[in-house]
Formats: sequence, structure tokens, C-alpha cells
Amino acid sequence: MAFEGLSERLQKAFSGLRRKGKVSEDDVRTAMREIRLALLEADVNFGVVKDFIKTVREQALGAEVLDSLTPAQQIIKIVNDELTKTMGEAAVPLNKSPHIPTIIMMVGLQGAGKTTTVGKLSNYLKENEKARPLLIAADIYRPAAVDQLKTIGEQLSVPVFDMGVDTDPVEIVRQGLAQAALQHNDYVIIDTAGRLQIDEKLMTELANIKELAHPDEILLVVDSMTGQAATEVAQGFNDRLDITGVVLTKLDGDTRGGAALSIRQVTGKPIKFIGQGEKMDALDVFYPDRMANRILGMGDMLTLIDKAQKNYDQKQAAEVAEKMRTNTFDFNDFLDQMDQVAGMGNFEDIIKMIPGMANNPALKNFQMNPKDIDHMKAIVYSMTAKEREDPDLLNPSRRRRIAAGSGRPIVEVNRMIKQFNQSKKMMTQMYKGNFSGMEGMMGNGVQGRLGKMAMNRMVRQSKKNKKKRLKNARNFKSQ
Amino acid sequence: MGLFDRIKQVFGGGKPETTEEAKYDTGLEKSRTSFADRLNALFANFRTVDEDFFDDLEEMLIEADVGFATAEQLTEELREEVKLQNAQKPAAVAQTIVQKLVDLYGEAGEGEDNTLHYAAEGPTVFLFVGVNGAGKTTTIGKLAHQLKEQGKSVLLAAGDTFRAGAIEQLQEWGRRDGVPVVASSAGSDPASVIFDAVRRAKDEQVDVLLVDTAGRLQNKVNLMNELDKIRRVIVRELPDAPQETLLVLDATTGQNALSQAKEFNQTTQVTGIVLTKLDGSGKGGIVLAIRNDLHVPVKLVGLGEQMDDLQAFDPNKFAYGLFKDLIDPDKRRAREAEKPAVNPKDSPNHQDDPL
Repeated sequence: MAFEGLSERLQKAFSGLRRKGKVSEDDVRTAMREIRLALLEADVNFGVVKDFIKTVREQALGAEVLDSLTPAQQIIKIVNDELTKTMGEAAVPLNKSPHIPTIIMMVGLQGAGKTTTVGKLSNYLKENEKARPLLIAADIYRPAAVDQLKTIGEQLSVPVFDMGVDTDPVEIVRQGLAQAALQHNDYVIIDTAGRLQIDEKLMTELANIKELAHPDEILLVVDSMTGQAATEVAQGFNDRLDITGVVLTKLDGDTRGGAALSIRQVTGKPIKFIGQGEKMDALDVFYPDRMANRILGMGDMLTLIDKAQKNYDQKQAAEVAEKMRTNTFDFNDFLDQMDQVAGMGNFEDIIKMIPGMANNPALKNFQMNPKDIDHMKAIVYSMTAKEREDPDLLNPSRRRRIAAGSGRPIVEVNRMIKQFNQSKKMMTQMYKGNFSGMEGMMGNGVQGRLGKMAMNRMVRQSKKNKKKRLKNARNFKSQ
Repeated sequence: MGLFDRIKQVFGGGKPETTEEAKYDTGLEKSRTSFADRLNALFANFRTVDEDFFDDLEEMLIEADVGFATAEQLTEELREEVKLQNAQKPAAVAQTIVQKLVDLYGEAGEGEDNTLHYAAEGPTVFLFVGVNGAGKTTTIGKLAHQLKEQGKSVLLAAGDTFRAGAIEQLQEWGRRDGVPVVASSAGSDPASVIFDAVRRAKDEQVDVLLVDTAGRLQNKVNLMNELDKIRRVIVRELPDAPQETLLVLDATTGQNALSQAKEFNQTTQVTGIVLTKLDGSGKGGIVLAIRNDLHVPVKLVGLGEQMDDLQAFDPNKFAYGLFKDLIDPDKRRAREAEKPAVNPKDSPNHQDDPL
């Protein structure tokens, strides 16, 4: 069952009136039904959807369609703006205590990912703030929860305070805080046991810990796959503990994450972090606008651009650009490109950020084994230096040798050379700003156009960066 | 005779409820009241049955997590049904709707086998799969306890070598239940651990082997391939195994549950579903969605935190637990009158706290 993004839904609904210049009341009614269904399908809570639709309807009725947009696009824009507004417009940083330690407390249902998030957060603080956190293991209920936190602490070389499972959690926190004061830790992160928001006894325990520790930050950890129940859970914890923020976990799955909108709406509390992977560095700051895009099924182009920029070594980029200009994109560059793609993180994650790719059923077959990249590299490594620079040299006899050398079947060598040629063609085109050959990649219709818009934007951005680079290079030379 | 009538006949007689029924009763209390309240509120809001009414009904069903496709289908069929019976007043429609709901639930489950299957001879293998944090290890811990109580010899395989503390968690359950656990060091190949476990189960003629696996999101191809490998290892050693491949689903999951079931089914041929944390969700509707869209039988349900709160799934008892106030309005009133006197925490079932 593939989820239909809002853009596809609206496109379908509007297919008959694509060329019409303004949004009529009838259009709005059809559109609102589609939006409602798309949001419900994305697991946004029913009550939240209702309020949201009301606001959007009011805005859509009064709106004039801009010349450059179709009614569907205009409505998507309104929805997107409104969604972003509801989510909170900017990323919210962690609360910090004026004097150390800053105390962070994690709460949530069973299996939401609290302990893992504690690990990720301490890693994040270590990496970004050179912090010296202390973790307190206050989950005495789930078997081996303390072991889990201790193992994570070992992996990250972060100290963990624990008193086994026979001491009251409140007492554990009291002594943990004393130790933090002694060791001058600048952050204390308290891992608590998972519990239902309706479990009176355990909720009281949390209230007691809060009373004792006066945490600067109480983070509610929520599984992003949560359905309609998300509002009740968030409300339950918020009423009792007055949480200060939310962490959304398991966003590397294929869920749309409508829970984010529900939680934000009922609690008004910001979502601060998102977890998207099993590794300890897979914790990202939450950007409301990107989440809005994801819920609507428009991909997450911004994150992709961000990631690409971070990883793209600028000097290398200039070299590749130079080569592309003269159309001498060779296997060395191809290799380099592959390394960069691999460096951006999980290949599937990156693909998913391209609009329309996230839940594209055709993409199921496209999914790439990380080993594929290694295999491709092995093939390139089996080429002579001459062959790498001049791919035209590769006649069947040479290909057979390369296949034997890399231990890959000859068909794979052939396929890889074909891929290289395509990539070469595309890189040249992209550099010239010509997308005619890439239409198919983005799909047709509204989504294809949106994808193209995003792609254009990315190229514009990279050209801008390049100009900057060239300018810097000139300045450097003239000095 | 539809399921509605059968349920009414079986449970409506006013005979005292068994403990198991009571479990469903208290476990689903939250689901039931919210479901019934919502439906009642819906009926109270409308004087006549019109399109708006059906729109609201559809929304209500979606809100109860019955799933998107199921809600649409249900509403469509109810619309037909109401037209056929020419019902105009909501009060008259109410009963029709409830009846249809229960019967649809019954129909979708026609021929469904909700029992766990054991090998005729030799060890039985249950493989547990699911996303992170669904409750696989806890389910295994509870099931091992119950199987042991039944006099079966049980062996656990710690196939989650990835998550920190997962092996220790299963070993702790093994210690509590008095059941041996086959484990290797963290980070080792899960297939090899499971190979050892299957060998040992064969050598020692163990009755049931419960295989834990690491949680994985269904869209991670490599992790799903790993699961396929685990399955192959089991099949190679015991051709008829695993007798059950159980997908553990968190009942609070939304639409993603369907994607999970589909993807896991493709890799491991899921034979049944374990629905965990059902007591907290307040939305029993997910069972309807699973039946209607997936046609994979629910075999076990987690209705609470205690050892024996993991129950074999009985579809009729579940329907009764979910709809009984709607099937039997008189009984509801009676129950509400005596409610303050009954405290579910006092029932004897809650005494064997695993801690």
C-alpha cells in the first residue's frame, strides 16, 4: 500500500481544470476533501485535521491564483505555508540552564526509543558542544534497561550513573545529581522507564522526579509511526509534567509522521529533535518546514541540499565543475562522486529526500545495496590509469580483464560503464542547466514539475556557490 | 447468522463472565468507551441521516484507527445498507450500523485461524519479527512463561545482537521464567546464533524454540535481507519450521502498521500478528484494519503489563469487548451504575507482578 502524497491527490482532483485561472468555491470543496484525506492518511489526528482544514479553507477562498501556478499548486502552497506555521516556523534549540548542569529528562511510552535517544543526544552534545554529560539510569522496570544504557555509555565513553534495579528511581536521580555536582558534569540526562500516560502510579513517579530535579528540559519521546493516539499520549504527558519539547523517533521509516502535527497542535510544545537511524549519530535538529513537506509527500529537498553542501568538499567540487565544463568527466571523477554520495549517509535516505521518491513504489526495485558502491569501486580500481581517463579505450578484451580483476561478472562491468556514460551525460547537462533528459526521473504532472522546480533550485544554489568559490579563488590568487 | 447475532446469543445471556472475558473486558475498557462514546455522540449530533452524517461517520472510524481503506469501505457499505432498510432516523440507523460493523468484522475474519500451530513432532519454532520498540522481547518473555506453565520445555534464541542490552534483556527474561537462552556476544551474526539455537533445540528435543530478532524498519532492504537469511537458516535445519512467524505490532501505530505487515510478509511470510500495548491505545479499531486490509490473523494480544496479560486472541471475545455496550445498551447502563464498586486493580489476576 503506497501512500499518496497530497500533491498527487490534488493533481488527480484538479486534472480537469488545470488551466483555469482562479480557484472557485467548488474547487476548494474538492481540494479540502483531498487535503483532509491526505492528512488523515498521514496519521494526523482527526480533531487537528478539522481545525486545520477550517483555516486553510478560509485562506483558499480568498486567494487569487498567481499567474505562474495552477490552482492545485496554489492550494499546495497555502497548505504548505499553513502547515509550516502550525509546526512552528523555526527550529527551537535546547533549553540551557544558566549554570551547570543542564538537566534533561526523557519521558514517553514503552518502546518509543528513550534510551537510544539518550545515547544519541549525549553524542550530539559531545560532538557539538564538547559537553561532558552524565547519564542517569532510572529505568528499573524493563529487564536490562540499565545494561542497555551502560553499553551505550561505554560506546560513547560517557559516564553512566546507576544503582541497579532495586532502588527507587527518585532516589537514583537524587544520588545521580549529587555525583554530577561532584564531577562538574555540564549536562545530566535522565533516562526513565516507558509508561502509559494513564498509569497513575508511574506518572506520579515522574512528577516526583521532576519535583526533585527541576529539569531544564523535559523531552517527550514519541514514535513517529504513532497513529491517532498521538494526541492523547502527548496531552497526557503534557498535562502531568508540562513537557518542554518533543523528540520524534524512527523517522527513517516510511511513515509520513503526521503525529508531529498532532502533537504540536495539542501541546503547543516544539519538536526539538528527530531520530532517523539506528546509529548514535542519527539525531538531527527538527526543521518544521521540512516536516511539513514530508507530511504532504513532497520530499525533503532542503535536507538533501544541506547534507550535500556539508559533505561536498568545495575544492573537489571546483575541480569536478572544471572538468564538466570541458566535458572530461572520467572514471576518477565518477569514483569521487560515489565516495561523496556514500559520505552523505545511507543512500536510500538520500534518495527518499528527492520529492516523489519517498514513497514511490517504482523505487522499491531501485533500492541500492551499499555493497553495490563497493563493487563499482572495485571495477574502477581494476582499470589502468589510462583507461580511467579515457573510457573509450574499453574494448571487450579490456572489459574481460577488468571483470576478472575485480571479481565481478562481465555484465556488471558493462552495466557500470553504461551507467558511467549516463552519469557523464547528465552531469554535462546539469551544468548547462538543461533538464530535458531528466524529465522522466522526476515523474510527470504536478509532482514532476515540483521536483523540477526543486532540482532547478539546487542547481541554482550550486552555481551560486561555485561563483562564490571562483571569486574566493581569484581573491586568493591576487593576494 | 452474522457474527452480531452469534455474539448477542453467546454473551448476551447475562451469565457470569469468565476470567478471560474479564481480561478482555478491562483491557479493552478504554477502547470500548471511547468507541461507544464517539458513536453515541455522532448519533446525538444528527437528526437525519444525510451525507454529512456519513462523512462524520467515516472520520470517526478513521479516528478509531480502523485504517483508511477500511473506513472508506465500511462507510460505503453502511450507506448501501441504510438505503436498503430505508432508515431515516439516526436511532434506527444506529443499530444497523453497529450490526453491520460487527458482521463486517466477522466476515473479514471468515476462515481465519487464530490459533498458534505447533509441530506434530520435534521442536516447534516461533520466529518474532517487527519494527524497533514494538515489544518483541517482552512478548517472548511472557509467552515463554506461559508455555512453561503449560509444561512445555522452552528455549529462547537471542537473535537481537544489534541493540545495546538486548541480549541481557532476553537473558533476564530467561532467568525469571527459568528457561535457557542461547546467546552469543553483541555484534555477532544473528543467523549463527539462531543456527546454534535450532541445533540445540533439535539435540535436546525442546518443545518450543522462541527466536528473538532485532527490531528493523520495514524499508531497510539490507536488514530485511538479514531476516530472510535467518529464515533460511531455520528452514535448512528444520524443514517444517518456523511453524509461526509472528509480526509484533504496536497497537498505537497508525497507518504505517499496514506497510509494516506488507513488507514483513514479503520477506518472511508472516503467519500471524501479535498486537501489543492494546490496553493503552484506546483504539481497538486497528484489529478491524488488519483483518480487512491484510488478511493476516491476529494470534496474540497484549492487554497489560503482567505476565498473563498476553492472551491468545479470540475474535469473538474481542468484538464483544469492543462493542458490547453498543450491542447491549441495557447492560451498559447497568454496568455504569455499579461501576464505582468495581476496581479492576483488585482482581486476583494482577498479583503476579513480574518484578
